[in-house]
Amino acid sequence: MSSTRKANSMGIHQHANPAADAADDVLLRVKDLEVEFNTSKGVATAVNGMNLEVKRGQALGILGESGSGKSVTARAIMGILDMPPAHIPRGEILLEGEDLLTVTPRRHRQLVGSRVTMVFQDALTALNPVHPVGRQIGELYRVHRGYSRRDAKAAAIKMMDKVRIPAAAKRVNDYPHQFSGGMRQRIVIAMALALDPVLLIADEPTTALDVTVQAQILELLKEQQEERNMGLILITHDISVVREVTDQVAVMYAGRVVEHGPTAEVLSRPGHPYSRGLAASIAGEELKGRRLPAILGTPPDLLHLPAGCSFANRCAFASEACAASVPALELIDEARHSACFHTSEVLAHANA
Amino acid sequence: MSQNTETTPGTAPATDPLAPTNPITVPSGIRPPAGPPAPAASFRRKPAKKVNRGPVWLKPRFLVSGTIVALMLLMAAFPQLFAGFGSDPTANCDIMNTNQAPSPEHIFGMDIQGCDYYTNVIYGARASILVGIVVTAISFVISALLGSLAGYFGGWVDTLISRACDMAFGLPFILAAIVVLQLFSERTVWTVIFALALFSWPGGVRFMRSSVMEVRNREYVQASRLLGAGNGRIIAKHIIPNSLTPLLVLQTLGIGGVISAEAGLTFIGIGLTPPSVSWGLQLAAAREYISAAPHLLIFPAIFLTITVLGFVLFGEAMRDEFDPKGK
Amino acid sequence: MPTPSTSTQTLPGTANYPACTPLMEMRDVKQHYAVHRHLPIGPRKFVKALHGVDLSVHAGETLGVIGESGCGKSTLARVMAGLEKPTQGQVFFRGEDINTLRGDEKKEMRRNIQLIFQDPYSSLNPRMTVEQLVSEPYEIHPEVAPKAGRKAKIKELLELVGLNPNHSDRYPHNFSGGQQQRIGIARGIALNPKMLICDEPVSALDVSVRAQVVNLLDDLQKELGLSYLFIAHDLQIVRHISDRVATMYLGRVVELGTYSDVYDSTAQPYTRALMSAAPELRRNDGNDREKIILQGDPPSPIDPPAGCRFHTRCPMAQAICATREPELIAVGDSHEARCHFAKDLAAEFVQRAGA
Repeated sequence: MSSTRKANSMGIHQHANPAADAADDVLLRVKDLEVEFNTSKGVATAVNGMNLEVKRGQALGILGESGSGKSVTARAIMGILDMPPAHIPRGEILLEGEDLLTVTPRRHRQLVGSRVTMVFQDALTALNPVHPVGRQIGELYRVHRGYSRRDAKAAAIKMMDKVRIPAAAKRVNDYPHQFSGGMRQRIVIAMALALDPVLLIADEPTTALDVTVQAQILELLKEQQEERNMGLILITHDISVVREVTDQVAVMYAGRVVEHGPTAEVLSRPGHPYSRGLAASIAGEELKGRRLPAILGTPPDLLHLPAGCSFANRCAFASEACAASVPALELIDEARHSACFHTSEVLAHANA
Repeated sequence: MSQNTETTPGTAPATDPLAPTNPITVPSGIRPPAGPPAPAASFRRKPAKKVNRGPVWLKPRFLVSGTIVALMLLMAAFPQLFAGFGSDPTANCDIMNTNQAPSPEHIFGMDIQGCDYYTNVIYGARASILVGIVVTAISFVISALLGSLAGYFGGWVDTLISRACDMAFGLPFILAAIVVLQLFSERTVWTVIFALALFSWPGGVRFMRSSVMEVRNREYVQASRLLGAGNGRIIAKHIIPNSLTPLLVLQTLGIGGVISAEAGLTFIGIGLTPPSVSWGLQLAAAREYISAAPHLLIFPAIFLTITVLGFVLFGEAMRDEFDPKGK
Repeated sequence: MPTPSTSTQTLPGTANYPACTPLMEMRDVKQHYAVHRHLPIGPRKFVKALHGVDLSVHAGETLGVIGESGCGKSTLARVMAGLEKPTQGQVFFRGEDINTLRGDEKKEMRRNIQLIFQDPYSSLNPRMTVEQLVSEPYEIHPEVAPKAGRKAKIKELLELVGLNPNHSDRYPHNFSGGQQQRIGIARGIALNPKMLICDEPVSALDVSVRAQVVNLLDDLQKELGLSYLFIAHDLQIVRHISDRVATMYLGRVVELGTYSDVYDSTAQPYTRALMSAAPELRRNDGNDREKIILQGDPPSPIDPPAGCRFHTRCPMAQAICATREPELIAVGDSHEARCHFAKDLAAEFVQRAGA
């Protein structure tokens, strides 16, 4: 492990102090973000008071199921939510201290797409089918850096080499459909990294890929993140992916972060009943022939979120307090936050 | 396991709730047993900007077009409701009053024969609406039938039906209708319906065929086949219910077109013939008096336009509602 | 060694399967699909989705199938369920070729082999209520449940899969993914089948609901004596539920054995690479597997590589691999692997376990 990552995983998590951002090397801070969608049946709360921060050189996993708000958060950060039907009633998204929700559109264009970039799940739709991949990568240099055509092409080849596309110089004029799924995802990553972003958001980057190809892409992402000392947000529903790549993990449920801390600790000694349920539902060998520990019930309806903790109706630890109010994300040990009234009991169970 | 368990409320199990258990207790998928019922009211929801998301029938377009369509249908079925009971478009005519301009007694004026034009225009709705609805209904039935057969069975059935469609498509619709109508010297509503229906189905068949082909490959159709269901059952229970709505919407959109086709054919003299009463005939008759008696042209034209517009808007409102992409 | 005499008993995950006739068997099954040609000239090309597959599933047993997309596992499910007729080879149910059955015998076979689909929503007719969906099997096979007792039967069935019978007048879209899959399972088991083919039954479900459905399948197997062909790409779930496991690569079975054979003494390089892609499998088994990252993507099933199909990506490929395709080599009592070096690979684990 590189020394930078070690340093960061030891850094203390703070939530409230924006002034400290510069000193703390915080790249992105999401504060009390809310995103709502107007639907034909009413207002769905997709993100409901989200708090998050990513530091330089840190790989943060956002783990959650469909409807947990993880992708909506990413889209809100990138400013690519369709508004309407979505709208952001409150919250701040601070990229190196600048609030992306209030900056001018001009400034937004300067920041998003070059300082912070995104990789999507489906590489084929992220690439324009009628242009050669080399031109699509080179376009970024031409627009943002004013490169000449020739320089842009050279830079594109260099970038394709970086993401280990074999015979990059030969394939620079090929079209997206001439590449396999894994190679296409590499090209998308090359485009995302071309302008040396400080933060890369990868939304389910390997979900559409085969297991063995997934391993290659994850390795590439991790390697690039470490080499560039870049911030990485990896959004996924897959615990294995989080475990493989990230130092920190934020577990999301019903539009909120319910637990946030070092990946290894959160997954091995979860402090929130939901992350505990997720970690436990991995079918370990010792469970062979027995029932899998399942989380009962189903996620809440985003149109009618309960007043209290959203997980209370599925939670074995739930008490009256859980139905009455929403537990805040609180520090539970030196580097970990959990939003649960019963964290100590959950941890005690884990120790037992 | 842990001393902390005592502090958990009664609903929580005494042992580790996530510990693997062996007994077969199928967890309830509908309502999890643990945990207090969550109150439905949310405590902190600011009302979002109110967007008009009410039921379909309250959307303005649906409301307006639906009202027009309902009025026109009513007018076609019971013209007496609008023209007065005991009214008759050919009664009480006085040739002396020919082409009289609108007046308080005769708000639409009088026609060439000196008959009340308002009554005539009202009675004219019947032909237009009847042609529109019946032609569409016939085309709908043919499309549903042939389209299902072609789409479901494929192979030579499909080839046969598709080629027939192509041939029917090859003939220009209006031209073909003219040729057929020329065969009859006196043409009633039913003659016109026959001529229009004869060439109106190929589009519907193609549409139905493609939507059936899509539904045929859905997994629930495969599931039914795996249960041993025969073709008849699969078509009736799975294919038709899931592919008919789009066709219905398409056909609704076509009603307006059929109505204007009837008026057009009648106007150029090869549609309905007197003694039928129709907007097309009235427009044709008004042609000659366009400067002397413009009201003869204006009133049927307004009715025709509103009717066609009403049906087209109604079809579009239906499409927006049932279009799977809009959901 | 005792052999289960009736089909309703659960077969333990041991190696006693060759002793009894399999419930279902595939013999040298090939399934080739013609590729659409852009020009009417030139040689016809075929996607070789299955290329000589021999597999058997015994009464009460769960056979897990793992592999990447394009390896043919979904085709395997469809051919085994009788939805597709194989290009070559036979599929036997209780010793009879399912593709030659007619009339009552075919109906009987249909009752006994059912399929659970990956996407629960698209496998349910959106215009039918839960009750209509679950009663369809009985309408087709009225002899199983006469009309009089059908309501009670449906209620019982819904309770069995963990659904509230009071919700039987609702439509599929009113349910969550996990509940929809329960509806699909209820329909699948309505006719008391012997064989349930599960084609990625939990892949489309949220992580937190997967375990529920896996437990349900487990319970149903114990209660109803079902046999499963369980296809999934979640390796842990396959290990959890399976008695035996088959790995597929490009239309071929490349490793077959009990779950512990395949997971703990993996004797095929491709299976090893698959296993190593899951961090939980790398860390939890005490063997501390090394992480193998394969190069490149799986080759196209239209033009599979000559020789061993895996040799283009195999980290241990030798010259022989490019020229000769290995047979399935027995490396243990119940354990076969398609690799020229399978015996060496199997020995490695024995050594490690002994050390």
